[in-house]
Amino acid sequence: MQILARFSRPARAEPGAVLQGLPRLPWLWATAGAVVLLAAMVLGVLVGPAHIGLGTVLQALVAPSAVDPAQASILWSLRIPRVVLGAIVGAMLASAGAAYQGAFRNPLADPYLLGAAAGANLGATLAIAFAPGSSLIGVNLVPLAGFVGAGAAVAGAYALGRTVTGLRNTTGLILAGVAIAAFFNAIQTYIQQSQTNSVRQIYSWILGRLVTAGWEGVLLVLPYVVLSVVVILLHRRLLDALSIGDDEVTSLGISARRVRLIVVIAATLGTAAVVAIAGTIAFVGIIVPHTVRLLVGRSYRVVIPLSLLFGAAFLVLADTAARMVAAPAELPIGVITALVGAPFFIVVMRSTRAAAL
Amino acid sequence: MQRHHICGAVTAAITIAVVACGPTPSTPSTSGTAHFPVTITGTNGASVTIDKQPRRIVSLSATATEMLFAINAGAQVVAVDDQSNYPASAPMTKLSGFQPNIEAIASYSPDLVVAVDDTAGLVHGLGALSIPVLIETAAKNVDESYKQIEQLGEATGHTADAASLEKKMQTDLAAIVATIPKGTRQLKVYHELDDTYYSATSATFIGQVYALLGLKNIADGAKASAGDYPQLSAEYIVSSSPDVIVLADTKCCHQDLSTVSARPGWSSIAAVKSKQVIGVDDDIASRWGPRVVDFLRALAPHVKQLGQQAA
Repeated sequence: MQILARFSRPARAEPGAVLQGLPRLPWLWATAGAVVLLAAMVLGVLVGPAHIGLGTVLQALVAPSAVDPAQASILWSLRIPRVVLGAIVGAMLASAGAAYQGAFRNPLADPYLLGAAAGANLGATLAIAFAPGSSLIGVNLVPLAGFVGAGAAVAGAYALGRTVTGLRNTTGLILAGVAIAAFFNAIQTYIQQSQTNSVRQIYSWILGRLVTAGWEGVLLVLPYVVLSVVVILLHRRLLDALSIGDDEVTSLGISARRVRLIVVIAATLGTAAVVAIAGTIAFVGIIVPHTVRLLVGRSYRVVIPLSLLFGAAFLVLADTAARMVAAPAELPIGVITALVGAPFFIVVMRSTRAAAL
Repeated sequence: MQRHHICGAVTAAITIAVVACGPTPSTPSTSGTAHFPVTITGTNGASVTIDKQPRRIVSLSATATEMLFAINAGAQVVAVDDQSNYPASAPMTKLSGFQPNIEAIASYSPDLVVAVDDTAGLVHGLGALSIPVLIETAAKNVDESYKQIEQLGEATGHTADAASLEKKMQTDLAAIVATIPKGTRQLKVYHELDDTYYSATSATFIGQVYALLGLKNIADGAKASAGDYPQLSAEYIVSSSPDVIVLADTKCCHQDLSTVSARPGWSSIAAVKSKQVIGVDDDIASRWGPRVVDFLRALAPHVKQLGQQAA
C-alpha cells in the first residue's frame, strides 16, 4: 500500500494547475495498464470450464486446423470472443463512467445516471415478454430493444431536464434522469411481475450475459464503442476545463452545454450498445475511474485513457472469475464486479486517504 | 415387478418411496363424502383439515390443476390461475399463484385452495376467512408426484380415481422405460430451460425423469452451490458434447434444432451432429403432473435409437 501511496503523490495537483500542469498521460501507468489488460486476456483465454492445455491453446491460436475441432471451436467460437467482448464492455463502461463524471462534475455519476440501464432493461423486458424469439433484419430483437430503450431513456431525461431548468445547471438533468429511471423501472417491474413465464429470462438478462457471447456480439457493439470512445477521448481536455467550471469552457469560446451534450450522447451511445449485448453490469463505471483518479491523478487526460485500459482488464478478470468460481456453472458477472470491486476500491480509498477525490 | 423397477430407478426419494411404493393407499376408495372431514399434511409440512367434500376449488398451481382434472375432480374446480393452461376445459382466470391476491381468490368463495407455495401470506390470509389451503410444493421426483396425486384425491373425495391414475402412470412409465435397450454406453443429456443455458440437475423432478431413462445429466457436473437449476457455461456444454439435447425453451425463446446449430461452437456437439435436438412443450417439462408420461414417451424413441446405434 505504501507503493500505491507513493505513486499517487505526484497526482495531488493544485486545483489551478489542472489545465496547465502535470496532467499528461503518465506512460508508466499506460504501459502498466496495457500489460495488465494483456495479462488478463491471456489468462481469460487460458482458463475455462472446458480443460484445454496450454499447448493446445497455443496451437489453436497459430494453426487451428491442427487441433481437435471441438476444442478449436470452444476456443475460437466461445472463449476468445467472450474475452474480447469482456474487454470491450469493460473499456466502454469505465470510460463512459469517467465521461459522465466529468460532464456532470459529479463523482457519483455512472453511465446509467440518465436512465440508460432502466431504459435498456425496459426495452429488453418488453421484447422478451411480448415478442419472444423474434428478430428484425437479422438482429435478435432483445438487444435491439435494449439499445433503443437506453437511448430513449437518456433522450427523455435530457429533454425533461432542458424544459425544467433550461440546462443552466446539471442538477436538473440529473434529477430528470432519476425520475425517468424510476418511471422506467416501475413499468419494467410491472411487466416482469405480470409475465411470470419470462421472469427467469428477464432476470438473467438484467444480471448480464457474456455467457452467450460470440463474434456476432463483438461485431455488433464494436462500431458504436469505437465511435463513442473516440469522441470521449477527443473531449478529454474540455472535460478538464469543465471540471473547473462552465465559465472555463465558455472562456475558450466553446459552449459548455454543447460539450456536455456531445459527451453525454457519445457515452450513452456506447453504453447503450454494450448494455444491449451484455446486460446492465453494475459498478464498473464508478470504481474504475475513481481508482485511476486515486492512484494516478484526476485530469481527464489521464483518467479516460487509463480507465479504458483498466476497465477492460477488470471486466475480463471478473468474467474469468464468473466462469471459473462455480464452474461449470456461471455466476452473474455483476455479482463479481461488485463483490471484488467494492473491497478493492475501499482499500485504494483508505490507502490514499481519498486525497484525489 | 414394474412398480419395483420405477422405485429402484428413482433414487433420491428414500422416505417418500416407502409411502408411494408400499401397498395401495389404505384410505377408503369410495368417491364421495364418506371420509370427510379429512386432515392432510401438505408437502410444506402444514396440515389442513377439510370438513366436507369441496365443491368450489381454486387451484393456483398449474400442476395441481392438471392433477385435479386427471382424477375427475375437475367439476369441483371453479377457478384456476393464469398459468393453468391445461386441460383446456380448466376455468382459467387472471388469478396469480406467484402474487396471490387474497381478496380476488376469496371472491370465488372457495372451500379449498391449492397452491405451490405459501407466498404473500396466502395461508394466513385465507385462514382468516376459514378457507383451507393445501400446499403442494414442486415435486422432486415421480414418487413425490404420486404422493401429491393421492393427497389431492383425499382432499377432493376422489381417492379411487387418484389410485387408478397413479397405477396407470406407473404402468405407462414402466412400459416406456422397458423399451430402452440396456447395457449400452450411458448417454448424456443436456436439458435447456432458456437460451442463456440455465439447466436442471438430477435433484429436480425433470432430472429424475432423465434418470428413469438411464441418461447422464451434464448439469450434474455443476457444484451444489450453483443450485438445482444452474446456468451452465457454453464451453462446458460444448466440451461435454451431450448425445441428446432437450429444449424446454421452445415456447419462451423459440429455440429449435436450427437455432441451436447456429450457436457459435455448438456444431461439434454429438446431439447437434446427429440431430438429436428435441423440442418439448416448456409447460410439460416444467410441471410434475400426469403429463410426465407424454414427456417420457416423446423422448424414449430418441434414446432408444441412440442406444441401438451405440450397441
